[in-house]
Amino acid sequence: MSGGQQIAPDWRPNERSLARRLMIVGGGGFAALFLGLPVAVIFTLALDSGLGTYIAKVTEPATLHAIYLTVLTSFVVVPINIGFGICAAWAITKHDFFGRRLLGTLIDLPLSFSPVVAGVAYLFLYGAQGLLGPFLMAHDIQIMFTVPAIFLVSLFVTSPFVARALIPAMQSEGNTDEEAATSLGATGLQTFLRVSLPNIKWALLYGAVLCNARVMGEFGAVSVVSGKVRGQTNTLPLQVELMFNDFNTAGAFAAASTLTLLALVTLAIKTFAESRQARER
Amino acid sequence: MGRRAVPGLGFTLGTTLVYLTLIAFLPIAALLLKAADLGWAEFLTIATSRRAVATYRVTILCALYATLFNAVFGLLLAWILARYDFWGRRILDALVDLPFALPTAVAGVALVTLFVPNGWLGQWLEPMGIKVAFALPGIVIAMAFTSLPFVVRSVQPVLMELSRDVEDAGMLLGARDSQIFRRIILPELVPALLSGCALAFGRSLGEFGAVIFIAGNIPLKTEIVSLLTIIRIEEFEYSSAAALAVVMLAAAFIIFFVTNSLQIWYGRRAGAQ
Repeated sequence: MSGGQQIAPDWRPNERSLARRLMIVGGGGFAALFLGLPVAVIFTLALDSGLGTYIAKVTEPATLHAIYLTVLTSFVVVPINIGFGICAAWAITKHDFFGRRLLGTLIDLPLSFSPVVAGVAYLFLYGAQGLLGPFLMAHDIQIMFTVPAIFLVSLFVTSPFVARALIPAMQSEGNTDEEAATSLGATGLQTFLRVSLPNIKWALLYGAVLCNARVMGEFGAVSVVSGKVRGQTNTLPLQVELMFNDFNTAGAFAAASTLTLLALVTLAIKTFAESRQARER
Repeated sequence: MGRRAVPGLGFTLGTTLVYLTLIAFLPIAALLLKAADLGWAEFLTIATSRRAVATYRVTILCALYATLFNAVFGLLLAWILARYDFWGRRILDALVDLPFALPTAVAGVALVTLFVPNGWLGQWLEPMGIKVAFALPGIVIAMAFTSLPFVVRSVQPVLMELSRDVEDAGMLLGARDSQIFRRIILPELVPALLSGCALAFGRSLGEFGAVIFIAGNIPLKTEIVSLLTIIRIEEFEYSSAAALAVVMLAAAFIIFFVTNSLQIWYGRRAGAQ
């Protein structure tokens, strides 16, 4: 290992060439500005008129309701997509069947659609002019522009996250432990909970955390199906848009700062969990 | 067969397929059916209307610029993160994923605030005659911000795993650094770089939340496809919305196919080593 590094060209870690410094200072500095300035401007403007105003803005009834709805959506959507992610990863990594690779590809499909397309597709399924519209109307069921519509479209948009985190982790673990457990008489569920889960718990954690961040931050898809009823179907990102367009800058940035904080915590947990998962391999 | 020994295939595969059908395939089918109602002639009339074509032009052009920017800047970032150790490297590495964790609407609000004429950056750019907010450059910046992680995260693992022996051999044989980069490293990176670019381009085409705040949304000039789709829905022009959504869906499918082909190619190359 060290023998190779002695004849290192200038991009090797031990060298201190000008090109290396330029790339680190230029590239790293620009990245820090590009990624850091938006975060800085949000917190600065949120706290611009003092902590008192900030707290008052965050606890405004409409904003509080938006926070409540966003958290509620996460409580409904994230567990369901954890279940789906575990099932999909289990089927794809622990078994061999016809179409296995195709299924692995199809799971990712929701990530390649514009969230607006997802919202419009749901509108044409459950809306009055949609596929199930006449049936739902006949039974007096309203889905579009209600809270369940927000749940449904969030399920669609965030369905791949847990599976994507679990599949590489489960693949690298192999099948031998599970096969041993099964041959000793463990059921499928016991095998998963006692044998597989301890090996993939960190991957599961960062998949769930990323899924949660996307659920709480989803904008395009929710904006089509929610109807944006103030104090009823406005999630936190929609509330940010509403206040920003109303020139309520302090309110918009106060609400945005809570979502930014969520993003930073998400990054911290993801980084930690990823390194733990890598170490346990 | 050892593989059959692990239980639970029936239940997990069944759940996966039923869930995917209900949550993903059914809504997409409903959208396609709605668009099919239109008939070919009407679909074409809507999809090629002047305002629609203008939105394609704006969206594709800005997405191309954003992707080009990310190809260069993302490669540079992946390079310094994978190869150099410097103060703040781990924080920068974590920060690269910020655009994925930050809600797009929040990114949009923050970016427009930075670039308006009296904003932190706008106050310097405006006197120089550079208009970013409510113009095409603003759309490019919003798209570049939200799709930045794709190229970095595609290229970075390949750079980490690249065998240094080949570079050492090149150097011992007298190749200059630029030759080593162009002839040895770059060819290995091309598939991952292209697949990262395709993902970034696809994301940029569909980006909505970050763009609409900074775009100004002037019809024919700075209006993107996804916004026009939403405007049509708000006007109860459901057929138009369906047609535009299907155009976006088709673009997404093409990009999905391209990225997966690239990843299979890249996987084969990696496997062949």
